Parts: sequence; structure tokens; C-alpha cells
Amino acid sequence: MVKTLGERSHPYIPNSQPEIKQEMMREIGIKTINELYADIPEKYLLNKPLNLPKALSEFEIKRHIETLLSKNETCSHMPIFLGAGCWPHYVPAVVKEIMQRSELLTSYTPYQPEISQGMLQALFEYQSMICELTAMDVANCSMYDWASALGEAARMAARVTRKNEVLVPQIIHPERTKTLQVYAEPAGIKVVHVAYQKETGLINIEDLKKKISQKTAAVYIENPSYLGFVETQVEEIGEIAHDNKALFIVGVDPTSLGVLKPPGDYGADIVVGEAQPLGNAMNFGGPLLGIFACRDEIGLIRQMPGRIIGLTTTVEGNRHGFCMVLQTREQHIRREKATSNICSNEALCAVASAVYMALLGPEGFRELGETIMLKANYAMKLLSKIEGVKTPVFNSPHFKEFTVNFDGTGLSVKEVHKRLLQRHIHGGKEVSKDFPELGETALYCVTEIHSKEEIERLASALKEVLAKR
Amino acid sequence: MFKQANWNEPIIFNLGRSGRKGHLLPKAEEEIRRAVGELDALIPKHMRREHKPNLPELSEVEVYRHFLRLSEMNYGVDSGFYPLGSCTMKYNPKINEQLANLPTINMVHPYQDASTVQGILEILYRLERMLAEITGTHEVCLQPSAGAHGEFLGTLLMRAYHKKNGEIQQRREIIVPDSAHGTNPASAAMAGFNVVVVPSDSEGCVDLEALKTVVSERTAGLMLTNPNTLGIFEKNIEEIAKIIHEAGGLLYYDGANLNPLLGKVRPGDMGFDIVHMNIHKTFSTPHGGGGPGAGPVGVSKDLARFLPVPRIVFDGNSYRLDYDRPESIGKIRCFYGNVAVLLKAYAYILSLGFEGLKEVAEVSVLNANYLMKKLMEIKGLTLPFNSGKPRKHECVFSAKPLKNETGVSALNIAKRLLDYGLHAPTIYFPLIVEEALMIEPTETFEKEEIDRFVEAMRKICEEAYANPEKTLKAPHNTAILKLDEVKASHPRTMSLSWRMYLKKKV
Repeated sequence: MVKTLGERSHPYIPNSQPEIKQEMMREIGIKTINELYADIPEKYLLNKPLNLPKALSEFEIKRHIETLLSKNETCSHMPIFLGAGCWPHYVPAVVKEIMQRSELLTSYTPYQPEISQGMLQALFEYQSMICELTAMDVANCSMYDWASALGEAARMAARVTRKNEVLVPQIIHPERTKTLQVYAEPAGIKVVHVAYQKETGLINIEDLKKKISQKTAAVYIENPSYLGFVETQVEEIGEIAHDNKALFIVGVDPTSLGVLKPPGDYGADIVVGEAQPLGNAMNFGGPLLGIFACRDEIGLIRQMPGRIIGLTTTVEGNRHGFCMVLQTREQHIRREKATSNICSNEALCAVASAVYMALLGPEGFRELGETIMLKANYAMKLLSKIEGVKTPVFNSPHFKEFTVNFDGTGLSVKEVHKRLLQRHIHGGKEVSKDFPELGETALYCVTEIHSKEEIERLASALKEVLAKR
Repeated sequence: MFKQANWNEPIIFNLGRSGRKGHLLPKAEEEIRRAVGELDALIPKHMRREHKPNLPELSEVEVYRHFLRLSEMNYGVDSGFYPLGSCTMKYNPKINEQLANLPTINMVHPYQDASTVQGILEILYRLERMLAEITGTHEVCLQPSAGAHGEFLGTLLMRAYHKKNGEIQQRREIIVPDSAHGTNPASAAMAGFNVVVVPSDSEGCVDLEALKTVVSERTAGLMLTNPNTLGIFEKNIEEIAKIIHEAGGLLYYDGANLNPLLGKVRPGDMGFDIVHMNIHKTFSTPHGGGGPGAGPVGVSKDLARFLPVPRIVFDGNSYRLDYDRPESIGKIRCFYGNVAVLLKAYAYILSLGFEGLKEVAEVSVLNANYLMKKLMEIKGLTLPFNSGKPRKHECVFSAKPLKNETGVSALNIAKRLLDYGLHAPTIYFPLIVEEALMIEPTETFEKEEIDRFVEAMRKICEEAYANPEKTLKAPHNTAILKLDEVKASHPRTMSLSWRMYLKKKV
């Protein structure tokens, strides 16, 4: 016989107190709780305890988890020059405080708008500020991350255009491509890669023109690109897409949008991206926050995935309020005909981003973009002076990430990384495997949190480890 | 009487003044500026942002106050009873929040060298093993970001399995009961399958005879929620599993209703091949007003090779991420899942152990049956599919008699409950119950709070018979009165952002 909690009631389970249980069982007219499980075939009822650790007190849990986590090294222990889809940025104290407001944190999806105005308004403000940053008209209240947002965008483009090919740049995050493939394949969508110009990394326009056809549902580009450079032929690419009746999808890192031209200003029909840098910690890669926005065109809006919050009035018409809209697109109403199966998303992360965007304001975004870009370019400048190091690989403007090639040093990226780590510096992400044509190359990232001293420390450490080959 | 805060808080775009600052960022040092030069020299002219984004300009003080006021116009599980059926709105332990906010998790990058992330890898690895043990599955993938994302992965695994067997062209159909969550058919469709609906029988369970007629060599699998959305255990599960497996299909477990089975019954033991769990339901992580959650998927041994990369592996000394899985379906998102959420689930399981988890299940069922018994005494409500069997974690009432006799609908009841400072149940679901009220009390509400809900329901129904006007016009005590949801979705008035509103001025 399996033991029960016995005489001890659990703090999270108020009615586990034995007398209350008895009282409730009496009301129902049963003698043991097992009577409530009597309809389950005997053979499925567990007759031995599960192999789980024994229950701990709150203090023991805290000690256990803190001890385990203390084995992790963080960007406050050592400078970390990693980006590639999840970036180290500062999260202001106000953002963290709001995230812990219990009424927001512990609420469900705002199905009852009258009692959920706070969440609804915050999400509407998130959508609205994302629209301002990207210069788009409509944004949904979040997707899981950039990669899944891209997958959904490809599917949406195929529904809107009734075509089944999407063109994507050769230079794209490998995990994003993999995700896109997985989302696209069951919908019968073919993903075609467009070559890049060897010198600049930019889209090879000739190859784009060659590959685009009557079958093309969308042309996708990223800005800044996965390898950090800015795609500058945006207007031309957008025109080529539109001339072929394909949608133009642009993926963005929103921290660049205070200084770089927003995709809405160069003809994007759909914008996706990653809003983790706007007020959300890295957390070993999750939760992230997928951006999804489009133009104000009913044919597009009706095909959008995900939840959208709208501004409306009370029935009496005397006050503004907020509620979920266009739910007829969604799974709980449309079932297999829904635009997507997504329901739970990253709402609280979207609230964090709303707080972040409000804190920064128009000036703050300009400053953020400027600081990042100057620091990253400073790092490139210092590193490129080191013998045998080539950075950036591409002759194009770079925003916060850049490629560093070690071919001239005789050392592999792995070896350089190992030696840097011994000096308590975490170098960039190796990209040689995903882009073998680039040789021994790593992708480095510098943001507003990297100080001049840290950048200089990286440069001198690199010089040191490369000298010892 | 409950009265929610009503700040009539302006939209953030109408707050603040030009020139105010909410946050000071670090700036590029002077030497950097000197070395690099002007920003404009770095960006070609046609790629520069010409107009600053039209964001509000507020001081930190105003930003904080604004969002604080918004939070006061919201209702969470910490505010009171939250009986949303199938959503398992249970208490979110505070220690778990503290742990998930440690810098040793917040400030860790997913591509860090494995030697620098051993702590978090160990936690995730152990969590996978615990969830596999709880669900009776062979391997667990923590990557899906939400329940529906887990379902999508599950249907992709079905696709990969049948493709491997050379049968994907033929196995085009996924069967779902008519009581299923909307995500089931939507997920099946996303993975490219056709959906076949099987009806429920008079007891609210899958109609076995009907199931036999729809199962064929075209069947890819069946998606089943057990206990189902009526809160009833599918007692014929053995027969159902046999029918599906003999036809060559796979059995998928929708874990939205796993809570009442913790430590009692394991989906894997019932023959399920793929199981998703809702971490933000069963394992107590906060729902955050719509996420982030997490939707891990457990699978049988045969299916493990198809799981997304990377897998976390342990060689006896250290943990690492393994990408070398040639049969993997690939990726469904970047990185490894909603790690900060998963960490809370790990802490939750540790706080309960096996006996505690079993207690969670039993008390959730006790609470639901107690609540059901009490509500059955109220005039105007009926309990459809009542064959005298106990419910599990939830029960579904119909307000049809009340609607017919007084005009007060399930929707009106839901709105009136808000006036009592109680959240409404899930309404109009499952679709097989008219005027449905789907009620799940969970194990974390005390008897007194459940009694308060029952009392409110009694008063509302009595009020409906005596004087329905008040209930028909509810809510009265919330931050805002009833909203015009038709106007909100009408193409002419639809305002989905502030800039769209300024164009239309609804």
C-alpha cells in the first residue's frame, strides 16, 4: 500500500489537512478518496511509488538549486561575446519589478476582458510600440521566438498568395532554417536558399532574380543578418518580391531600429524578429519573444497567426477598453481551419518589452543603437589589428555582431576558444561548421553591456593566445 | 463587496512629456567615439532611420506607476478563485519565482561552453528524467514553448514515424474526439493531417463503435485527453489503445488534464506513445497572462530518435548537448526550451516528491467532486452526461435550464461571477454541452474559497429567477463594464495598434 502524506498537510494544498478532507468526503458520500478513482481500470493504478527524489522543505530546495546553479558561469563572472539569436543586454529594475506583479504574473489568458484590462492594455501597448519601432501597422501579442515566427510567416505567405515557395538568404541562423523547414514541409512549402555576394555577404541579386518565379510566396531577408552585417539592398529586394506577387518578409533585431531604417519604410509586408533583447534576460535561451507584425490590409490580418488585442469601447460607448479580437482565426473556434494552433504565447515577456520600450523612448532607442554599433565597431577595429585575424569577413556595415576569421593564425576556432576560456573570456560562436566556405570563423557579439575595458581585454588576450601558436 | 481598481488609465502614448527619460543607458566611452568616429559614417544614408520611432517619453516614475496601475486592473490566481476548466490555475509557489530570477540562470547564454553551464544542464537533465518517470514515457524533450507547441511536435513525430515506415502517403488522418481541445485538430492540421472527428457516447466517453468505423489503414493516430474535457476518465482506454495500435496508428496524450493522475496513473502505462505536459498547468508555473509556459513531450522508445536536437546527455561525469541525431525532425524553435519556466517545475516537483504529487492529484479530484455535489443542488443548472460516475479534476455544468427559464446564459453567469471577485469558469466548452460551464477548482484552493464560489453561484441563479436584469447587465464591479467585442473585430472599426486607432478614431 502506498503511503500518503499522512498527518502532515502540504503548504500548497490547503485541503490536505486530514479533518477537512474527511469533512469533504462526508459531503460527497465517500469513505476513501480511492472511491473517486474507482472507474479507472485496476491495472492502470500505480501500485508502487514512483522513483522520484523525496520531498524537500523550501529551504532545502533553495539550497539545492542555488548550489547547482552556482556551477554556471555568467556574463557577470566573465565577459561573454556570444549573440547568435539570444543577446546579453541589461534588464532595467523597473522591468523586473513589473514582471513580478502578481496580478499579471499569475493571471491566465484574458478571456474575461472586464476583469483583465491591465494585461490587455499592456499587451496592446506592446503591439503598438512594436508597430512604431518596425513602422508596421499591426502586431500580434507574441510568438514563441523569432524562428517559429518565421515558420508561421512562411505559412501565412503561402495562404495569402496561394503559392508554395519561400526564398531565404543562404546566410541565416541554422536553427532558424531548421525550424522554418519543419514548419514549412507539412504545408507543402519549399524553402529555397539565395546565394550571397562573397565580398559583402549581401544577397546576390542575380541569384534572387534567377530563383524567384510564379511559385514564390515570399522573399525573406534579415536585418541585421545572422552574421551581423546590414543588408543594404532592401528596396531592390522588396521590389523584386512585389513584382513577382510575392510577399516581402523581414526579420529584425529590434535593438537596431533606433538607428537602422525600419522594415515598414522599405516595403515589408510581414516583419518577424526577436524581442528578447527588449527587457528579457537570456535564461540559457528561453523564454524568448517572437515578433510578428504586418501591414494594415485585411487580407493579411485575417491570415495572421496568434492572439491580437484590439482597442474598443464599452457597449454603452462611453469609455475605451481592450479585448482579444479576430478570434475566429484561432484554434478554439476554427479548430482544424485555424491560421495556427498557437494559444499560450510569451505574453509576460511582451509586457516586459512594453515596459522596456516605454523606458527607453525614442531617444533611448537611438542611444542604444548608437552605443551598440560604436562598441561593436570598436571591437572590430581592435581585433583586426591582430596579426592573422580578419574581421569582419564581409565588407559591409555591421551592427552588433561580426565575423572573426582565424585562418591566418594557423589556429582553429575551437583552439582559440579554449585558450580564451582559460583566460576567463568567452569568445564568440563558431560558425565554421554551418558556413564551411568561411573557414575558421566565429561570430562575436558586443552590446551596451560590454565595457571598453572588456573589449580591450579580449583584444589583448587574443593577441596573447595567438602569439603562442 | 468586491470592487476592482478603476484607474481609467490613459494609453501610454498619452502620458509623459517630450524630453523626459525613463532609463539611462551606458554610453560608448569617449576613446571609442574618437577611434570609431560618427555613427552616420558607419551606416549608408539610405539605411539610416530618418524619423525617430513615435514612442512615448516618460520618466521612470511614470512608467512604473502606469504599469502598476494596469496590474491593479487585473486578476490573477493570487487574487482569488480561478476555476478555468482545463487550464489548471493553481497556486504558483513564490520560492520558484525567486530561484528563476537568480543571475546564475538569468545571465547565462545558451551557446556557452558546456563546461560553464553544468548546473543548468544537470537541472534540465534531471527534470527530463522526473517527467519521464511521472508520465511513464521513455524520453522527454523539454523544448516546446507551450502545450500547443508540444502538440505540434507530437504530430510532427507521428509524421516522422509513418514516413520512416514508408506509410506517410497513406496515413493522412488523425482522429480526435468531439470533446477535444481546439488545439488538437489545429495541431493535426499544422502537421499536414486531415482531421476525423469521433463522437462521444451517452456517458461522455469516446464512442467505441464509432471509433471502430473511422479507424482504417489511413489512420495516423488518435489524440486523446484523459480524463477528457468533461472531467470523465476514458474507462475504455485499453480497448481504444488496442484499436489504434492494431490499425498501425499512434496514441497521443493531451496532457492538459494530467493533474488528477499525478502519482496515480501514468499515460505511458495506458498505451500512449506520445504525451505532452503543460508545465504552466500541472507543474504550477505562472501563466503570465498568456505565457510563457512550457510543453515538454514524452515519447516511447521507438519515437525517441525523432526528437528535436539537441538532446542533453550525461556520461557519468559531465553533461553536454548532443546534436548528432541523424533521424531527428530538426528544430521547432531556437535553443532548448523555456528554461526559466522549466526550472520552476523542477523546484515544484522537489517540493512535493511522489507522495506530494499524489496528494495534488487526489485533492484536486476531491475538490472537483465536492464542488460538483454542491452545484448540483442549484436550480437552473444541470450536469450533462451524469451516469453517477465521479469526475476527476473538473466538471462541466449546463446553464441551459436557467437560460430557457430566465434568459440568463452561461456568459451572463460568467460576467456576474466577476462581480463577486471570482474568476469565471471556462464557458461554451466543450462544444458537446450547451451553455457549458467548465469548472476546475484545482487542489490549491481551500474549502472556504470553494464554498464562497458555490454561494455566489447560488445567489446568481436565484437572482436570475427573481430579477434577471442585474445579471444580464453584469459585470458591475470590474475595472470596466461590458465591452463591445463586435466593434473590436469589425474591419471598419478594428484598431489593432495605437497608430491604427489614430487613423480610424473609433
